[in-house]
Amino acid sequence: MNSLTALKALIRKDLILFVADRRSLLLSLVMPIVLGTFFGYLFGGSGVTENAKIEVALVALDDSDIGKGIAAGLKADKTISIVELKLDEAREKVRKGKLHAAIVIPSGFGAAAGAALFSARDKPEITLYYDPSQSALLAVVKGLLTQQVMQTVSAEMFAGKSGMHLVDDSIEQLKKRAEHDPDAAEMSRFLTSLRKFQGHHSAGAPGAGPEQAKNAPKGLSMPFSTRDEAMSSGPKYNGYAHSFAGMSVQFILMMGIDAGIGILLARRMGLWNRLLAAPITTSTLLLARTLSCALIAFGLLCCTFLFAVLVLKVEIAGSLAGFLGVGACFALMTATFGLLIAAYGKTPEAARGLAVFATLILVMLGGAWVPAFLFPQWLQTFSLGLPTRWAVDGLDAMTWRGLGFSAAVPAMLVQLGFAALFGAVALRRFWREQR
Amino acid sequence: MVTPLLKVTGLCKSFSGRMAVDGVSFTVASGQTLGLIGPNGAGKSTTVSMLCGLLQPDRGEILMDGQAVNHGNNAAKHKIGLVPQELAIYEELSARENLRLFGALYGLSGDLLKQRCLAALELVALGDRAGDKPATYSGGMKRRLNIAAALLHDPQLLILDEPTVGIDPQSRNAIFDSLETLKRQGRSLIYTSHYMEEVERLADHIVIIDHGKVIANETPEELFRRLPSQAALSVELGDMGALSVPALLDDIRARPGVTGVALTAGESLRITLGAADDALPMLEWLTTQGCRPRHFATARTDLEEIFLTLTGHSLRD
Repeated sequence: MNSLTALKALIRKDLILFVADRRSLLLSLVMPIVLGTFFGYLFGGSGVTENAKIEVALVALDDSDIGKGIAAGLKADKTISIVELKLDEAREKVRKGKLHAAIVIPSGFGAAAGAALFSARDKPEITLYYDPSQSALLAVVKGLLTQQVMQTVSAEMFAGKSGMHLVDDSIEQLKKRAEHDPDAAEMSRFLTSLRKFQGHHSAGAPGAGPEQAKNAPKGLSMPFSTRDEAMSSGPKYNGYAHSFAGMSVQFILMMGIDAGIGILLARRMGLWNRLLAAPITTSTLLLARTLSCALIAFGLLCCTFLFAVLVLKVEIAGSLAGFLGVGACFALMTATFGLLIAAYGKTPEAARGLAVFATLILVMLGGAWVPAFLFPQWLQTFSLGLPTRWAVDGLDAMTWRGLGFSAAVPAMLVQLGFAALFGAVALRRFWREQR
Repeated sequence: MVTPLLKVTGLCKSFSGRMAVDGVSFTVASGQTLGLIGPNGAGKSTTVSMLCGLLQPDRGEILMDGQAVNHGNNAAKHKIGLVPQELAIYEELSARENLRLFGALYGLSGDLLKQRCLAALELVALGDRAGDKPATYSGGMKRRLNIAAALLHDPQLLILDEPTVGIDPQSRNAIFDSLETLKRQGRSLIYTSHYMEEVERLADHIVIIDHGKVIANETPEELFRRLPSQAALSVELGDMGALSVPALLDDIRARPGVTGVALTAGESLRITLGAADDALPMLEWLTTQGCRPRHFATARTDLEEIFLTLTGHSLRD
């Protein structure tokens, strides 16, 4: 009974002291909200903002129909923003990071590309300059360029004037080789048929009416379209959900550090011994500290997410019990992390530096800053050994992924496992020091 | 024979091979005030930590009212109140909140806790500042609150580990008033200090520790009896005329009742005397020698002198 009275008094004391420290309270609450909002906005916010376009310079040195067609096609694409520049200017802007990439279509590209389509002649080269810090965008630009080039060149080859001249030239060449080469004869017959097709469908053919021009082939186009659907059991993806999970984890761990440093300060100031001079055990004192810290951590998590829910429309689309469970277990893990710092810290100053460094590593590798799927595979596997990764994933699962309680259980168990480990190691150390 | 309230026998504690407390033994009777004195690093605080169950002794035994004191024995801890050397109070909690916390640690709650808090605050004259945070208190007030926190559970023995460090004389007097009240109420006290005058004022029995060992364990009267001198006469020399100071010192030494003489600060004499009654004849004799003192003072020989005699070095070295 006495122990329970003491336990309650110690917890009450910690809660009063936390609330009394306005600066710390404000930091613990405001910082995760500010940074969570910022990172959430960067990662797509609540899904209503348009993604930024890829900014690309076009250096169009080919004034053929094909060259003009490619330029027009690229400009019409909604994914990229094209600005036509001279070569030097384009290179300079990419070098300075003002543009993501530059596409250089060389002079004579149209004719050379058309020739290369039906023969093994040398393929013309398009130069791509790109910002090395944006290398992931290079593949996107290449894909868009390939689509536009294939579409424009094939359209011109099947229905354009230059395509007809090129086919005529090719038939002449093939006929000369046909006596000795059966394949050449076959190819000659194929191109003769193509030439007839061109004659009928060319918009510029003699006697071609408006209807014929309208139905003229548009070249090779993508033989499929996609239907994009975000896969989560919950609502539309909300970037704030992940960023708030990450920032909450980070700042709650920072609060855990403060709790640990608080013990070191209490020891330095003689308060710890004064408390232990009372008829309570070290275990009771540590338990009180753990519970008060966990309560504060859980409260901070709830307040932070309350803001996200009310203001930024984040939904706890999965199990609310699962969300609270992950939060509570993470809070407990944070509290024992604080005990570990107190147990092994020599001085408050030295312990703080080391603990902040360790926390930032835990947070970074846990996917609190950027989602863990952006990590290399080995790092993703490694980060599964960190409690922060499970905390962030667990909160994600209960918010925007909209998963059920069962998906929260592994995250909860991992947090509890770490809490038990940290708590046991810290307790052992405290006991040993007392002897 | 009356069983002592606290019995300490052969207490030893070492840290990393260095002996901090080496075979300390003493007893405290019910209602007695024990002065535990010694220079910094003598082992006083280590002894106090063991008395409160904060440190486990390597050897020896501590019995509080017949019960062994150790970290796990809550019954013994209930009988002891600790006023640590540090200000072990929460600056951001009000004085009342601080006392409520410390009272609750001893299992107090409800009306009893409220009454005890009020009584403790009144005893240390902080009743009118109960709602204020110690952060707004003077150093002396914080020290008084530190004492109040140790009284809530009505301990049989109050251990005060240098409770007047770093405070002004006025606050020190206020603390002594509180402690004398406690003494009158019949509470046992252990008072550690390296201020001899404090221990002299309070203690019924004195234990002197140096280098972890007890070098004296007696009543103040017994300790004073050990000294060759009982009084000191300080004389600030004025116009000496043709008088030679070295010759004067030799003449003083030759006078009956004089146990020692020293020239301090260049122009003051400190003459130690076998009895306080020898002071006036000495002063008269000095004037007959042509010495015109600008100022003089007499004092009883203090524990500082005793410590110096016993250890060969000053208490505040």
